[in-house]
Amino acid sequence: MAESQLRQQLLFLYLGNSNLEAAVVGWSFYDGTGKKKFEAAGESQEPPYKSVLDAMLDGWRVLQVPTLRAPQVGREYQVDYLDFEFVLEKLEAIDG
Amino acid sequence: MADKDLKLNSLEMAQFVRDGFLRFDNLVPRELCEAAHKEMIDGTHKTAQKTAAPFSEVWPTEALGQVFRLPKVEAILHSLIGPNPRYDHHAAHLTPANTRKGANLHQDAEYDIREHHFDIQTCFFPADTPVESGGTLFVPGSHFRRVHEADIMRYQNIVGQVQSVCEAGTIFFWHANVWHSARSNTTNQDRYMLKLRLNPTVRQTRLWNTDDIDDPKISGILSQKIDWHGQRNRIEIMNRIKLWRFLSGDNDFDTNLWWTRVENTPDIIHREQRVSI
Repeated sequence: MAESQLRQQLLFLYLGNSNLEAAVVGWSFYDGTGKKKFEAAGESQEPPYKSVLDAMLDGWRVLQVPTLRAPQVGREYQVDYLDFEFVLEKLEAIDG
Repeated sequence: MADKDLKLNSLEMAQFVRDGFLRFDNLVPRELCEAAHKEMIDGTHKTAQKTAAPFSEVWPTEALGQVFRLPKVEAILHSLIGPNPRYDHHAAHLTPANTRKGANLHQDAEYDIREHHFDIQTCFFPADTPVESGGTLFVPGSHFRRVHEADIMRYQNIVGQVQSVCEAGTIFFWHANVWHSARSNTTNQDRYMLKLRLNPTVRQTRLWNTDDIDDPKISGILSQKIDWHGQRNRIEIMNRIKLWRFLSGDNDFDTNLWWTRVENTPDIIHREQRVSI
């Protein structure tokens, strides 16, 4: 199959901690094949996988694992973005 | 002066500290909802915008003014931000029929650097809002997260997210830093929601009905885990405790020694130590 007929799908899984078997607490899906369009935030109630490992068992390749960093001094109790963001991909064939 | 019996109680306030919002169904009579809905549609709501004015001067004759001067609504607002709040801004948010919203999750702050003080925003739904019409999405327990406005739009779904599905007359009262999002309206009818932001003009301490301030259930509410917090759960609880200390005026309040433990830096030297110092 020609390389140009493959398109990337990205799955962002946010876990409760750094363990790839930890539970998914948030998720996003971006479809480079154009087949699935994102409707709006909050439309899906169940995560597609229980964990990153669960997704890997289904053929997803891990592109990025989160770096573990100590907080800055004085900001130990500050919370902000989701900490444990894993980026996964699949390559899917498109018609034509 | 707000009626004490209509104010929030301490358990409701603890729930607010935990989740960042409170929901009250059917607060506004349907007839008044219809009048307010009409003002949103025809633009009448815009005529009284007075940024930084005392809120009591906003919408003096409009139905929207009547909505926010209902005794129960006033009492809830008083509980959260006190008497004489300052009008910040409002918007009659319209999601037209058959509208795909796409990415929209955000926090209404460039960065809100206040440690404890907060503004209140309300979402007033003047018409029945079924799930298909795309009422506001809230992420419970996101109000301590210091993020930059729409930087979080990459996040599409978070465990425990709450869709506003309600009857006409429902109002959500929320900490202005709660993550929220508009949603798609797949119905054939336009959907309106009135968002109003108010600022406190007094210290937000013991403004609610505090008769039950010593209720032991408060600790349980503040300690309840929200699943999406994951490993940050304990830090979230510590932030709740700090906010409760501010709101209650009890600087020693704690649960399970979370703060007492790390604030414990004794300097008293025991007499048995003296020989070795």
